Amino acid sequence: MTPAWVVRRIGLYVLVAVVLAFFAVPVLWLASAPFDARPGLGLRWPDWTFANVATTFRHPYAVTSLVNSVLLCVVATAVTTVSAALAAYSLSRVRIPGRDALLYLLLLLSSVVTGTAAMVPIFVLMLQLGLIDSRFGTALVIAGGMLPAAIFILKDFVDSVPRSYEESARVFGASPGQVLGHVVLPVARPGVATILVWSFVNAWGNFLLPFLLLRDVGKQPAAVLLRTLQDEGGSADLAVIPVFSLLYSIPVVVLYLFVSKRYGFRFHGGIKS
Amino acid sequence: MAGVEIGGLSTVYPNGVRAVDGLDLGVVDGELFALLGPSGCGKTTLLRTIAGLEQATDGKVLIGGRDVTREQPGSRGVAMVFQDYALFPHMTVAENIAYPLRVRRAPKARQREVAERTAAGLSLSGLLDRRPGQLSGGQQQRTALARAVAVEADVLLLDEPLSNLDARLRLEARTFLKRLQRELALTTVFVTHDQAEALALADRIAVMESGRIRQLGTPREVFQRPADTFVANFIGSTPMNLLDGVVRGDGVECVGALLPLPADLADGTPVVVGVRPEYLTVAAEGIAGRVSIVENLGVTSLVTLECAGGTLVGLTVPEQEEPAVGDALHACPAPGRLLCYGEDGLLLGAV
Repeated sequence: MTPAWVVRRIGLYVLVAVVLAFFAVPVLWLASAPFDARPGLGLRWPDWTFANVATTFRHPYAVTSLVNSVLLCVVATAVTTVSAALAAYSLSRVRIPGRDALLYLLLLLSSVVTGTAAMVPIFVLMLQLGLIDSRFGTALVIAGGMLPAAIFILKDFVDSVPRSYEESARVFGASPGQVLGHVVLPVARPGVATILVWSFVNAWGNFLLPFLLLRDVGKQPAAVLLRTLQDEGGSADLAVIPVFSLLYSIPVVVLYLFVSKRYGFRFHGGIKS
Repeated sequence: MAGVEIGGLSTVYPNGVRAVDGLDLGVVDGELFALLGPSGCGKTTLLRTIAGLEQATDGKVLIGGRDVTREQPGSRGVAMVFQDYALFPHMTVAENIAYPLRVRRAPKARQREVAERTAAGLSLSGLLDRRPGQLSGGQQQRTALARAVAVEADVLLLDEPLSNLDARLRLEARTFLKRLQRELALTTVFVTHDQAEALALADRIAVMESGRIRQLGTPREVFQRPADTFVANFIGSTPMNLLDGVVRGDGVECVGALLPLPADLADGTPVVVGVRPEYLTVAAEGIAGRVSIVENLGVTSLVTLECAGGTLVGLTVPEQEEPAVGDALHACPAPGRLLCYGEDGLLLGAV
C-alpha cells in the first residue's frame, strides 16, 4: 500500500465512475423523466405523475409511428431472415463456382455502396417503381440493405453444422422437407434467432431510409418521428419525448429477452467432428 | 437380410478424381465385411456409394438382388453409422434412436417402445432422456449403433466405427460390435484404416488401394498370404520384411543366405522375399546379422538385425530371450511362411 498505489487506485475508480456515469445517466433519465411533472434534460428525482404518458398518447402521430415501426420491422425482419436462411443454406451446401468471390463482393458492395452513397439511386429507383411513400417498399429496401451481412453471418453458421447430420437423416429415409424441418432448422435455430434479433434491431433504429422514402407523416416510423417532436416554438417537446423514447426502446428489449429465453443464443455444439 | 453385389462400380468426383475405379465385390448375407485401406484409397467413397450418398458414375449396386444404383439413400434398405456418429444434438437419445421411425410417421408410443427395446440391448437404458452432448464417446457410439439397428435394415454400413474412441474403449467396443453383429446376423460392411481392427472384426476383408481391390479374403488369408507387396506391407502390426533376392538354382539368394524357393523360376530371376518378423526365429543358420535395435512389444520383442549390405531385417523373439545389442545371430523363416513376390509385386508362391 504505497502512496503511488493508492493514487493509482483512486485514479482508476474515478475513471470507472466517469465512464459508468456516461452510460448510466441516459438510462436513468429514460427511467425518471417520463414520470416527472417538469421533465428537463438534466437528471433529478421526479415529481411523480402520469400526465406525460397521457400527453404522449394524445399526440396525433406518436402511436401511429410506433405501429408503423413495428410494421416496417416485422416485414423487413421476415424478408431478411427467410431469404438469408435459404441463401445461406444453399451457399453453404451447393458447390457454385466463384461462390466465395460472390459472397465477398456482396459484402463489400453492401457495406461500401448501400450507405449514404446509394441514397440518390435508391430514391430514383423507388420513385420510378412508384414505391415512394410505401411502407412495404421501404421495408424491402431496408431488408435489401441488411441481407448481404445476414447471409454472410448465417452462412458461416450453417458451415459449422456437420453435413453428416443431413446425410444421416437422408439414409433413414427423410425427405428434403423432413431433413430441413427435423434437422437443419432446429440445429441452426440459434443462428436464425441471432439474425432475427439483429435485423429487427437494425430496422428499428433505421432513420435515413424511412426519412427519405416516406413523405407522409402518418406513415413514418418512430425513429423518424422522434426528430419532429417539437413544440410550436421549435424547442424539444419534453412532455412527449421522454415517454416516447421509453416506448421506443421497449420492443427491442422485449424481443431480446423473449428470443434469448425461447431459443437461446447458444449452439448445441457438434459432436466430435 | 440381404447380401450386397457390386459390379463394375466407378465413382468419379466432379473434380475428376476416380475414387472408386471399376470395382467388383460381393458381400454375403449375414457377413461382417471390412473395407480396409490407407486414407484416400476410396473405401469411404465406396461405402457412401453403397449408401447412395454418392452417385455411381458407372456400374451397379445390388442389395438383396434388387438394383438400387439409382435409388435414393432412404429407399435402399441400408442403415449407416457415420464416423462422427451424426447424432442430432437437439434430440434426446430416445428421439435419436427412434428417428428412423419418426421419418416413417410411426405413432409416438411405438417410437418410444422401439427406442426402449433397442437401448436395452445396447446398455443405454438409463440414458434415454439425455442429449448426445451429455454422453461419453462410447455411449455416443452405441447410440449411433442403436439408431442404425432400430429399424430392420437389410445392410448396416459403418464408417470408421471405432476411430473416435480411445485405445482401451476401442477394444471393448470391438468385442461389443462383433457380438452385436453375430446376434443380429445383419449383413455389415465397415470401413477402417486400421488393419488390426479389420483382422479382429471381419469375416472377410477387402484391401483397397487407389479405388481398386488389391486382395479379398479372410483375415487369415490376408495375413498369411498377402497377394502382393502392397498388402504385405499394409497388413500386420510389425511391418513385413521385404528383401530383394535372386534365384540361384533351387533356392533364393537373399541378404547372404540361401532360402528355399517356392516356385519354379529361372536362374538369375530377381524376386522379393517377404517374411513377417513373427515368422522368423533365431536359428543356427539362415539370414546372418548383428542386433542393432531391440524394441519391447510386451510378450515379445522386436529385434532389428543389420545384415550384409546394411539391409535391416526384423524378427520377434519371446520375452526372456532378447539378445543384447551387438550380438550376431541367424534368423530362419518358419516353414510355409516364406513368401516370394515377382518384380511386379505379385505373389508367386509360399514355402
